[in-house]
Amino acid sequence: MTAAATLKTWTGAALAAPVVWLASIVNVPLKSWQRATGTGGMAAFFLAPNMAIFGIFVLVPLVINFFYSATSGTAYFLQDRTYVGLEQYQRLLDCGSYLDTATCREDLFWKAVHNTGLFVVVQVAMMTIVSIATALILNREIVGRSFWRAVFFFPVLLSPVVTGLIWRWILQRQGLLNLIVHDMGGEPYNWLTDRFWAFTAAVSVSVWAHMGFYTLILLAGLQAIPRDLYEAAEMDGTKPARVFWRITLPLLMPNLLVVIVLALIRAVQIFDEVYVLTGGGPGTSTLYLTQYIYEIGFASLLRNPGLASAASILMGLVLVVLTLLQLQVGRRGERKGARE
Amino acid sequence: MSGVVSFLTRRRGGRFWHWTDIVSWLWLIGGLVVMFGPAIWLVGSSFKTPAQLAEFPPTILPYVSQQATVEGHDKPLTLYRVKLPDGSTKVLAELRRIGTVAQMVDPKAPNDIVKVNIASREPVREIGFATENYTEPFVHFDFLRYLRNSVFVTAMATLITLLTNSMAAFALSKYRFRGRDLTMLLIVGTLMVPLSVILVPLYSVVSAVGLLDSLWGVILPTVATPTGVFLLRQYMLTIPDELLDAARMDNASEWQIYWRIVLPLAAPALAVLAIFSVVWRWNDFLWPLVVLSRKELYTLQVGLNTYAGQLNVQWHYILAMTVVTMIPVVLVFVFLQRYITSGIAGTGLK
Repeated sequence: MTAAATLKTWTGAALAAPVVWLASIVNVPLKSWQRATGTGGMAAFFLAPNMAIFGIFVLVPLVINFFYSATSGTAYFLQDRTYVGLEQYQRLLDCGSYLDTATCREDLFWKAVHNTGLFVVVQVAMMTIVSIATALILNREIVGRSFWRAVFFFPVLLSPVVTGLIWRWILQRQGLLNLIVHDMGGEPYNWLTDRFWAFTAAVSVSVWAHMGFYTLILLAGLQAIPRDLYEAAEMDGTKPARVFWRITLPLLMPNLLVVIVLALIRAVQIFDEVYVLTGGGPGTSTLYLTQYIYEIGFASLLRNPGLASAASILMGLVLVVLTLLQLQVGRRGERKGARE
Repeated sequence: MSGVVSFLTRRRGGRFWHWTDIVSWLWLIGGLVVMFGPAIWLVGSSFKTPAQLAEFPPTILPYVSQQATVEGHDKPLTLYRVKLPDGSTKVLAELRRIGTVAQMVDPKAPNDIVKVNIASREPVREIGFATENYTEPFVHFDFLRYLRNSVFVTAMATLITLLTNSMAAFALSKYRFRGRDLTMLLIVGTLMVPLSVILVPLYSVVSAVGLLDSLWGVILPTVATPTGVFLLRQYMLTIPDELLDAARMDNASEWQIYWRIVLPLAAPALAVLAIFSVVWRWNDFLWPLVVLSRKELYTLQVGLNTYAGQLNVQWHYILAMTVVTMIPVVLVFVFLQRYITSGIAGTGLK
């Protein structure tokens, strides 16, 4: 062994020693616990830390959210709040016409609902098309496939704040996009102060940030399609377009449905990167549901946690429907896989 | 050379290039530019001086203006290439500027002041890096503190996640007990409960247990990830029970079985979860934003957002801090990307 390797082994051992020591110390009381309660007690012991944290920080909030939405006031402790029944929901749903946000009592909520609806439809459509195209290309016989796969995956790891700032920097007045526009003879423009372009930016940036994830799932699906089907089609002289519609797409369907539902679930909750990119603006044109909940719940001067909680439950209902849809889709995919 | 070209253009069956090949390569090259271009532009911009950042059209590379010390002046003066009325060009240093006229001197003859219209001059520049963008935030802002907070949150949350999730996964995969299926159902059922749905009540719970405005308030709610338990359980199910029974024969306690047999065998799954957890916790934004209101507790993501949201955005610092925030994730990408992509393709988790 070289000196460096020896050093490395020894440092590793020195770092691990306290952990190993701690684990052996813990073993002593646990052994008597095991003797007293049997393996059933041990199962409880192993589950306890995780379930305690899980219970306090997931289950309890989930349950008290319903009580929350039935109270009013600006206090955060449940006992300091007044019970109002379904008033918060009535307030949220009080609308002359659901298509015209100006007629709603909580016009900001409905603005966020409309914005989110449009965002979800456009973003998921764009995401699906871009991911399928990329997955199909990556599935071809290209040189360096894993390199290219990594290229499209890179933005997935970036933090939403970093993503938002990078694109804010590119889209600002002295930014890269305006440099390109300028070089092509156009006039520089303040993209993020324009309603249409701010929305387009929000959609494109979120597609940019997450498409690599969906491409991976679709690529795994494409690679699971048996090669001999394509070879048979080639021997029959089938046209490539027909091969795509008759072989690739039907066999990719289970993965594609999972991708679409997952993308839907994520798009409904969109917040971080758009919040950093546009702050919900200009005006309220990129204000989405999660930002509405955050602002009504915490940030705004007229904060109303009960209203925020009612809004979050309505959003949760949509997500539950989508999740059930996903489970359904997943099961169908499994059954289909078993049949083939 | 021809070998390389024929390797790159090689096609299955030795056929000629089809139009779809050209489209594919255009898409891939375009993807390369669109995916990495913005990050590279960010890094390039982060080395520019504030004056340069305000310029339009922006330059691709960062430049710094050259300066020279001139006899009789304490501060170094900025150099300009000036076009003189007689048609010749000369490098002069600027003394002061009044409106569109600048008073300039020749560094070699510091006594003759030349009046020059600013339209007929341009600064002498060379490629250079404004590294002070990186060093100054550590001094002037709480940047170092944010960095430390982020490292603490990420490390602690990941360690606790690995320990508690693996213990729970061990119990759920290796013991039969009443309520096991119910527990599993509960965990999987909340797999899809997003933070935004329980934001308000979670805030009140965290404040009730006294963790508001503390880094532990950021850490604890994130560590009981259902995804982690699920991933580890699926992996531990593949560890044969005979191995555990053999250890029990040798009088090993259950804790020793978990610690010395199951954990080492589950190392690949633990590694995947660790990588995910580091990326998740490093990137977390909404929850720290809600829970932390004392500025000295901010994590990098919250701190960055705060600076970027100020009325007078100091982009030269923001860009440099964004690059620093990006570094750990880029390292993960370069060295561990393989594990993540295989983890996603296998389980569909993110």
